Amino acid sequence: MRLKLNLKTLGLALVAIVACAASYLIAADHIDSPAVTGTGSDITDVYAFQSPANANNIVFVVNVQGLLAPTATAAASFDEEVMIEINIDNSATKDNTEDLVIQAAFDNGKVKVYGPEAPIQKGVMSTLLKSSPIEASISAYGANPIIGESNGIKVFAGPRDDPFFFDLNQFKAIIGGTATSFNNPGTDAFAGTNVLALVIEVPKSMLGSGSINIWATSNREM
Amino acid sequence: MMKTTLKYLSMIAFLGMVITFTACDDDDDNDMPVNIIYEQEDQMARPAINTVFVSTGEKDIFNTTPPAEQGAAFATKFNDKLLALNPGYTTNLLGLDAATFTGVLATDVLTVSLNAPTTFYDGTNVLTGRKLEDDVITVELILLFGGPDAMSNPGLTDDHVDANDKSFSDSFPYLASPH
Repeated sequence: MRLKLNLKTLGLALVAIVACAASYLIAADHIDSPAVTGTGSDITDVYAFQSPANANNIVFVVNVQGLLAPTATAAASFDEEVMIEINIDNSATKDNTEDLVIQAAFDNGKVKVYGPEAPIQKGVMSTLLKSSPIEASISAYGANPIIGESNGIKVFAGPRDDPFFFDLNQFKAIIGGTATSFNNPGTDAFAGTNVLALVIEVPKSMLGSGSINIWATSNREM
Repeated sequence: MMKTTLKYLSMIAFLGMVITFTACDDDDDNDMPVNIIYEQEDQMARPAINTVFVSTGEKDIFNTTPPAEQGAAFATKFNDKLLALNPGYTTNLLGLDAATFTGVLATDVLTVSLNAPTTFYDGTNVLTGRKLEDDVITVELILLFGGPDAMSNPGLTDDHVDANDKSFSDSFPYLASPH
């Protein structure tokens, strides 16, 4: 299989590159913990990539409320008490504390995106930034995407196809001891399901230089 | 006489301005936004870390531990979990032994390059971001089960789901329309 052979070819050369950055393992983050499963704060996946449309920009995607059936998607909505935060460590030492945050709050049919900006508060408690947000109406199921744009930043919030793919059920069978290997072809457990997506495109110049470490959080208003 | 009148008029106008500004200040104080405070519930960077490595009773704790504190709290537990999943683990394709590999994983952040291609793995670049089309699960399976040459446990290193069920777009917001 090509990916495997490529990986093998790279061999030890990868070690140096990845020593501080390695990552890995199984079913994204859908329904990962008791406190968030079935709530508006359950993050399913996080993506960060250079914009296919503009090499000067980075795109952040944070998806919530996974495994939505098409019949349930029109009625799904962002929880207005939940703020989604993209945390950015752009320090030279990579101490994994947030130097910048991008915050998305949902209010009265709109997404309001603040930052990137230094956080008012670091750690597990967050304070909503006080700068003017970029707003967009939350896109409705079946309608064209509504895009908010200001200062070179683009924002979107609304239902999308879940971009994650994985034969989760066969993996569970293997872990559970009722199967010993994957099938070929496998079955994508996320095919035909939707998520509520937050997509934010930001100029790289607002984020730092070299590389950054990022993580997404969902946060409930107190 | 005229001068005096003008002087008084100026004073009255000035006082009026002061009163107006004072009133505005009062309004501003009343409208001053209060701090809106949130408490963290879920957290994620690399795909599937919490799902695979954290035991059932600790998933909420992992989600509310800042990344800077995750390594100290979870690295040993991740090591035990890796060896439970793959008792034959020695090193992986990256040359990382169990303790080193899980030590990296326990701090759940995603590195994103601002000056190189961004991908989980594209044949050349490793862990410089995560694109929508990246087959992150197969990469992770290889690193978990594939051993030092990616050839061990061939039935476990590829789930044979290589792409999403819908195509992505090259224009914002990039994700496919919902089903």
